[in-house]
Amino acid sequence: MRWIWIDRFTAFEPGQRAKAVKNLSAAEDYFRDHLPGCPIFPASLLLEGLAQTGGILVGHAGQFQQNVVLAKINTVQIHREVYPGEQLEYEVELLDYRAEGATVRGVARTGGQTIAEAEIMFAHVRPDQTGLRDNFVFTGDLRKLLGLHRLLPSSESAISSPT
Amino acid sequence: MPSKQEIYDKVVATLVDSLNVDPEEIRPDATLQGDLGAESIDFLDIVFRLERGFGIKIPRGELFPESIFQGDPEYVQDGKVTAKGIELLRQKLPFADIDTFAQDPQVNKISDLFTVEMICRYLEQKLQAEEATAQSAS
Repeated sequence: MRWIWIDRFTAFEPGQRAKAVKNLSAAEDYFRDHLPGCPIFPASLLLEGLAQTGGILVGHAGQFQQNVVLAKINTVQIHREVYPGEQLEYEVELLDYRAEGATVRGVARTGGQTIAEAEIMFAHVRPDQTGLRDNFVFTGDLRKLLGLHRLLPSSESAISSPT
Repeated sequence: MPSKQEIYDKVVATLVDSLNVDPEEIRPDATLQGDLGAESIDFLDIVFRLERGFGIKIPRGELFPESIFQGDPEYVQDGKVTAKGIELLRQKLPFADIDTFAQDPQVNKISDLFTVEMICRYLEQKLQAEEATAQSAS
């Protein structure tokens, strides 16, 4: 299984905000264990989806040249549990962006109802700080899988950075 | 321009949010790492919050410089900061209490220079400079 917790982007305003959806299927493995007989979408994975939506917004703002890693969850509130059959809508907005990292504010909803809110901080990590290959976060496969190339048909040269 | 007390109160609120500490734990001489438990990533978070809270831009390294000595033996010898290193600290950290540090300049105590008071002094000077620029432009 790939470690991707969003299915598709539905809106993408470079350097500003992004929306993505995640459909929850009872067939997904983790529902078997979380919890046995009472499937609930783990809050940690909900946060991961929100962070991935935000992380890609941040990565895009730097033309995917930097490794963007989740550094800190500044605040988080989870209002209710989420179950198989529901569709999560993630919406994030870029609050801060600079060479060292970025902060986003995110909301997760189902059917227009707010499920969770979080402020998440990301750090830009240089390859020499990890010993890993140049860009281990934003591989071409990830971008293709998420359909970013469809959302942004005007080629990467048209991508604008935040001001 | 906000008063010294207003700046201090806002810095306290910023640190409470960023470091999840009680306001009572914060004193002017509290060190960010030793007393308030800040980790490296918290410094960036604090910079973001100060920028938002005070409506200013804080260039990289201006408030919290990184890797000041870069292992250069001219600046650090036998675990102590040299006289030349102290001079470099005065340039890089003009808002910190270098005089007290210089009395026992152990390099592993560099992090103690980052205090609540240091942030306040930086902001006072920064906001004063911004106000002067705005006045000369008008």
